[in-house]
Amino acid sequence: MSFLSLNGISRSFGTTRAVADVWLDVHQGEFFGLLGPSGCGKTTTLRMIAGLEKPDSGSIEFQGSDITNLPPERRGFGMVFQNYALFPHLNVFDNVAFGLRARHKTKAEMAERVASALELVQLPGYGKRPVDELSGGQQQRVAIARAIAIEPALLLFDEPLSNLDVSLREETRSELRELVTRLGLTAVYVTHDQEEAFALCDRISVMVGGKLMQTGRPRELYEQPAEISVASFLGRNNLIKAMRLSSSKTAEGEFKTLEGGHTLHLPVKHEDLAPLNKPVFLAIRPEHVQLSTNDHEAENSLRGNIREIVFAGATSTVHVDAGGLLLEALVLRADGFEVDQPCSVILPKDRLTLLKNGRG
Amino acid sequence: MNTDSLRQIRFYPWRSVVLFFITAVVLVYGVIYPNLSVLITSFQRAGAWTLVNYREVLSQWVVIEAIVSSLGLSVGTVLLCAIVGVPLAFLFERFTFPGRRLFAALATLPLVLPPLVGTVAFIFLFGESGILAHGIQNFLALENPPWRLRGWPALLLFHTYTMYPFFYVLTGAGLRRIDASLAEAARSLGASKTVVLRRVVLPQLTPSLLAAALLTFMTSMASFSAPLFFGGDVRVLTLEIFTARQRGDAVMAVTETVVLAIISLGALVFFQRYEGTRKFAAAAMKGAPRRRAIIASGKARVLATVVAVIFAIVLVLPVATLFLVSFAREGSWTTQTLPSDYTLANYQRLFADPFASEVFFNSFTMSAIAAVAALLWSFCVVTFLRRRRFVGRRLVSLLVLIPWALPGTVVAVSVADAYGSPGSLLGSFVLVGTFWILPVVYFLRFMPLVVRALQASMEQLDPTLEEAAGSLGARAWQRFTRVTLPLVWPGAVAGTLLAFVIALGEYVASVLVFVPGNRPISIAIASELRDFNLGAAAAYGVVLIVIISISMMVAGKLERLRS
Repeated sequence: MSFLSLNGISRSFGTTRAVADVWLDVHQGEFFGLLGPSGCGKTTTLRMIAGLEKPDSGSIEFQGSDITNLPPERRGFGMVFQNYALFPHLNVFDNVAFGLRARHKTKAEMAERVASALELVQLPGYGKRPVDELSGGQQQRVAIARAIAIEPALLLFDEPLSNLDVSLREETRSELRELVTRLGLTAVYVTHDQEEAFALCDRISVMVGGKLMQTGRPRELYEQPAEISVASFLGRNNLIKAMRLSSSKTAEGEFKTLEGGHTLHLPVKHEDLAPLNKPVFLAIRPEHVQLSTNDHEAENSLRGNIREIVFAGATSTVHVDAGGLLLEALVLRADGFEVDQPCSVILPKDRLTLLKNGRG
Repeated sequence: MNTDSLRQIRFYPWRSVVLFFITAVVLVYGVIYPNLSVLITSFQRAGAWTLVNYREVLSQWVVIEAIVSSLGLSVGTVLLCAIVGVPLAFLFERFTFPGRRLFAALATLPLVLPPLVGTVAFIFLFGESGILAHGIQNFLALENPPWRLRGWPALLLFHTYTMYPFFYVLTGAGLRRIDASLAEAARSLGASKTVVLRRVVLPQLTPSLLAAALLTFMTSMASFSAPLFFGGDVRVLTLEIFTARQRGDAVMAVTETVVLAIISLGALVFFQRYEGTRKFAAAAMKGAPRRRAIIASGKARVLATVVAVIFAIVLVLPVATLFLVSFAREGSWTTQTLPSDYTLANYQRLFADPFASEVFFNSFTMSAIAAVAALLWSFCVVTFLRRRRFVGRRLVSLLVLIPWALPGTVVAVSVADAYGSPGSLLGSFVLVGTFWILPVVYFLRFMPLVVRALQASMEQLDPTLEEAAGSLGARAWQRFTRVTLPLVWPGAVAGTLLAFVIALGEYVASVLVFVPGNRPISIAIASELRDFNLGAAAAYGVVLIVIISISMMVAGKLERLRS
């Protein structure tokens, strides 16, 4: 039995399908991320978990019981909203105590739990302050304190850091993770920022266009994207359109790129193979593309010309035209390279990924 | 982002049913039934369906003349108000100069004057035995007053004074909304100042100008006090309806009422149609309005200041006159320019005379009942208006809008017609001749204001606040009392106060259906005026103005509290 399960939930607004048949399991004690570009349906999914939105079809189970039709106030999940949604007419104390009042706690218990929640978010003694006098970061902490004060069974985050400036965002990020771990809470965290998701989450589901594309640990998603949409959404990626040449029996596949007509070899699993006559996509990260000015005759080595070098501080991106196939390579130092220089590009076969056929 | 969901499940079904029942009952009995009743009456004669009422009404020269006069007066008023209001808005919104603030503070003064009080003030100031006419007559030793406050010029002058603020306020607001960088972009593309005005500023201002024209037209169409007291030969429709009812010709009054209602609603539809084609999508980027420019040329600055001072004086004069006359001893102001003898007697009478204090009590009670009922009811209506997926939403907002769009005359006549005698739909329920007719009419006339105020407050309310309260465990009732209500009440109460003070000075509808034992302030003012108790009439007016000013100040405070 899993902690939280979404069983094929869908939700449409008018004619747009915001969430389409999402199946998902979240384990107890896990920091789970929902990652995707804006408008992909991740917030709607979170709102359905919170009970703020009702799925058109499918069901939501929490600890074995069906909560699909339970109103939000009876779920006992804490939620941190993107705009914090602090009550402007209440001070910090009353904001944090709001959920406790709704639960008819005694005054003494309320005071104690508000104090400890404020302590946890490092805002002790801020109770009497009006919320509009706080900085963005402090408001954010109050929102978190308010959500954890009710001792939630599940903590939901809707892009909570997106309104903070960059330096504060990273600091708050690690504090947030530490807090959730310390309290032993389970969290579902929605974000469009992959770096944030990678840093925070134990497991991540990538959503694109209302569909769940892939679920896995951050590293898995990054290095072995299953879908073209995942590969292109998570960081930069070279997508190479190719046709399979080898028979399906061999463990190593042979592919011919449609642009440039290069032959590439990579290990493939039998079940991933596409029909021979259909083009497939191969992906390789720019940082895995090796570049050299020497003439190499290694496997998966292509001849090309340097088209452009983009300096970006710690790294540089080198754009190479390999006989019509455009590739990006990420290098630490671009000293030896010049524009229009011939070079060889090596695509290590263990770094090449075969994406599931077509556009998913 | 769709944020309906929580609102969809916000009230448990039985609560929704109760709220919907209350909403529907008020709309059916207050809006649909009276208007239908008037329509049906106008098409019936001796229990049979017929067009004969219309044939009779429209074959009378006086009625045709009244329709033409009403339309002509309204069109003329719109043009004059635009000519006065728009340039003033440009001057005061675009430039800064000594005296600007003085005028800007006074500019909307006519809006808070009840029309009847304004009419009285005009008579004292511009009337043939008013301060100005007497002054000139005495100065030039003329035998007769130099003019009479009668007919078209009088009506147009009064309408321009009372309604130009629609153009001034809405044009000013429109100018503030225009992003300064648009004009700058146009200039950088080589457009001259006049081209910028014509091709950039005016097109963006069109919605504001149309809204102002609509408001002015409708207000002018509904105008009654001024035509009654100094319309002279100009007989407008509202006046015709009033005299038909006074004659006891109910069918005639009802038929003319339908004609007036059709013209008013027709204007509303026409303007909204036209406005729909001229709406601009809001610019994607946030912009800043243009900063006020300092007038560089000394002569121009002096001129602007002189204009501001003159307008400020013109604005204040009628009210100042009212104050002055309210202190005049009865009979002390005959042929002199100014009253010769001053006293507090007029005010003492207001508080000592049981009749006068009763009149205040009546108006206060009836306006308070209407305003509080409107406040409570608006919470029911807005619950439904907020739900985007509620099927009857457009119908409900249309029905709420109707009493606002109809002249007060129409509202009063239709309620009187519907609840005048025991009918099939109502059993023995009769309003006419009872205390309740005026509170009901006030409620119907001014509830749209309250609904709009509450709606505006609700729209400003961040929907995630209610969702956050829900996720923290607050039930529907707790969400309402502990999050929604504390945040929307200032706006709602401000709207209620506005409705209350307008009801307090209401005359147009009151004069048609008031009960002799329950006379409101406006009726008392009019009868004092008829009896030439000028000081008493003025004193009533001044007290009304003071109450209104205090209420508006409180409402303004509440509005600021909201933001």
